[in-house]
Amino acid sequence: MDATTVLAEVSGSIATVGYGLAAIGPAIGVGIVVGKTIEGVARQPELAGRLQVLMFIGIAFTEALAFIGIATGFIFGF
Amino acid sequence: MRACAECFLARRRTGCTDAPKLEPVLFTQAATLIANAESSDGFHAPSIWEFFPDAVLFAGTPFAITRINLIQMLATAVLVILFVIGTRRMKLVPGRFQSVVEMGLDFVRVNIAQDLLGRKDGNRFLPILTTIFFMTLFMNLTGVIPFLNIAGTSVIAVPLLLAAVSYVMFIYAGVKKSPGNFFKNSLMPSGVPWPLYIIIIPLEFLSTFIIRPVTLTLRLLMNMIVGHLMLVLFFAATQFFVVTLSGWWTALGVGTLAFGLVFTLFELLVAFLQAYVFTILSAVYIQLAIADEH
Repeated sequence: MDATTVLAEVSGSIATVGYGLAAIGPAIGVGIVVGKTIEGVARQPELAGRLQVLMFIGIAFTEALAFIGIATGFIFGF
Repeated sequence: MRACAECFLARRRTGCTDAPKLEPVLFTQAATLIANAESSDGFHAPSIWEFFPDAVLFAGTPFAITRINLIQMLATAVLVILFVIGTRRMKLVPGRFQSVVEMGLDFVRVNIAQDLLGRKDGNRFLPILTTIFFMTLFMNLTGVIPFLNIAGTSVIAVPLLLAAVSYVMFIYAGVKKSPGNFFKNSLMPSGVPWPLYIIIIPLEFLSTFIIRPVTLTLRLLMNMIVGHLMLVLFFAATQFFVVTLSGWWTALGVGTLAFGLVFTLFELLVAFLQAYVFTILSAVYIQLAIADEH
């Protein structure tokens, strides 16, 4: 058995790869949400508290997609 | 595999020129090492079955109680006892313990309920929002407490129950305020040319009445499951590197241990954040349901 066969062998649930792919979109989304919030706070520091609440709501909606990704892995991976 | 490595060494000694490169052999050795350890009692990779432990009490009956159920009961008991003690003899000038309790209650009252719903509606929905927040918080926190080590919310029953409560609550709030307005606001956003309603109404129905409770459940549940799996992975890897492999692998074990500790702190943050997000989303859904116009 050579190195390629040992290392490239895929066993177990392939759904984990799907989750990795599903995490890309929400990752970018959360990045944009947080980045824009920082921008907003830098422009108008007195709104920091209000913007933070909105940021968490935005993050919650965005990252839900990533968690749906994990869930489908568990649901269809078995 | 071992034969492979030995023949490689033998060729090295005899000065053979067509010896394989060093790198693949090292990889192969590492792979064999890991494969061997996995087959024996070495590395225990975390799996989803950790969330379905064997029953401790009443096994076989529909009321079987597992370790996680006991942890949920413990979290509930601690929460109730803390609040009963904290609010039993209220003083005008609060003592240290009372002020901590008041700070927690005030956080939900001022920063979540009144901030999003206004004073009148905020106070109306305050009891249920407070309950949701502290129940989620305490059950999340058991995930990072040593010897408990699993969040009470990491089985679907708790998030599903809380999401159902939140779902019924925002529909109740909207229907009580004005049924026509509630369904019009949530299904037919204004400022859209009428032919588009054919597409928009089903989509809005899906997003408001189906996606909302599902994401509320999944967000909390998956955060707790993933957090637990991550911590188990780090500490199991540490144990594997230091105890099973030992030698130079201990250096990697130090790294995984450090990451495990960092992620424990991260889980502490997540436990609080998820309780906050769950409560604030419930409040936002109520806010949208009782809004007069969009």
